Amino acid sequence: MRTIDCRGLSCPQPVVLFTQAHKENSTDPMDVLVDNPASVENVSRAARKKGWQVSAVEAADLGPDVVRLELRR
Amino acid sequence: MKNNFFATTAGIICTGALIGLLAILLQKLGNPGNMGICVACFERDVAGGLGLHRAAIVQYLRPEIMGLVLGALAAALMTGEFRPRAGSAPIVRFVLGIIAAMGALVFLGCPWRAILRLAGGDANAILGLAGLATGVFVGTLFFRNGYSLGRSSAQSTVTGAAFPFLIVCLLVLALVFPQMAGQPQSGPLFYSVKGPGSQHAPFLASLGIAFLVGFAAQRSRFCTMGALRDLFLFGSPHLFLGLFAMFAAALVANLALGSFHFGFEGQPVAHTVSLWNFLGMVTAGLAFALAGGCPGRQLFMAGEGDADAGLFALGMLVGAAMAHNLGTASSGAGIGAYGVEATLIGLGVCLVIGFAHCRRA
Repeated sequence: MRTIDCRGLSCPQPVVLFTQAHKENSTDPMDVLVDNPASVENVSRAARKKGWQVSAVEAADLGPDVVRLELRR
Repeated sequence: MKNNFFATTAGIICTGALIGLLAILLQKLGNPGNMGICVACFERDVAGGLGLHRAAIVQYLRPEIMGLVLGALAAALMTGEFRPRAGSAPIVRFVLGIIAAMGALVFLGCPWRAILRLAGGDANAILGLAGLATGVFVGTLFFRNGYSLGRSSAQSTVTGAAFPFLIVCLLVLALVFPQMAGQPQSGPLFYSVKGPGSQHAPFLASLGIAFLVGFAAQRSRFCTMGALRDLFLFGSPHLFLGLFAMFAAALVANLALGSFHFGFEGQPVAHTVSLWNFLGMVTAGLAFALAGGCPGRQLFMAGEGDADAGLFALGMLVGAAMAHNLGTASSGAGIGAYGVEATLIGLGVCLVIGFAHCRRA
């Protein structure tokens, strides 16, 4: 499982990191960790556009406000 | 996860259209021409109102600035999105704010005003918007090469509330020392008796309208710089639709009200020096891109508790004051005595910041 840690990063960096990971491998599942609502929306929007199914899971054990975006094909 | 209508395509379009219409309404209520809302101009006026510069024609504690932040704060508090955070290269953000304000004041407007100027028929804004797009495009090249100012981290509530608190202080000052007709000072505050600073909508109308804008913009993440950046970087039109809706709504409102006058000459609070209209906004656009938001978005993020964005806004306040004290700001007569130097030095500093923060060379 790939995990892309975008905690503490703001737009557009989480989407840039997701896009890079998508280009490297567009089939294997990945988790993207974000901690602000704008990034949740932006990464989800970008991932859905590229055909990923996105589910957002709150992951407070990983830090304040952290959301794990589970990207699956 | 929570459903956020404003984050949808319809939501961002509605927000943009609302901002365009309310900006024209503010002009009708008394704000200067094509300046219903201009974050750079209004921060410059606030700097003047506080006496940080003494350009007598641009001094007024613009309630729009307060309303934008407080509206975003209210939206963030209501939705649990108030998140105190800081620590991502704060001083770099402050410097970028200074440069952004100085660049924008060479053009005479932030991206919001560039849109409003174009919607009012000011053809000089085409140069400004082209400059903005160029600056933002250069910014996306840095992002493609791993540019990052580093991670922010969670902070205390006091840290997150510091910038909104300063804004509340401004509001209290303005209420305790209101403008007195024909007087250039009220207590410690300065008020323009002529020029753009003297042209303003009634205080509560400005405050209330800006509060609405701040609320909707926080929910929708409206950002004029992000609109161009996401288009260049990801081919994503989401934020751009908001920007376009703002332009379209303002244009329609201007046409309906007879306030659309196309041309280069004789435009309100504008000059016709095309090269520097363009380059001023290249510098400002790159500074916005490197800092991650247009001046409006920085205010909204500051309202959400992002102290780094608050520092960018304070940098703009200082930069706007410096622009007038150092003679770098333009006026209707043309560019300032040192506008060329400010634009080019600012651009150079932005490039250094960009290259220095790329992860892969």
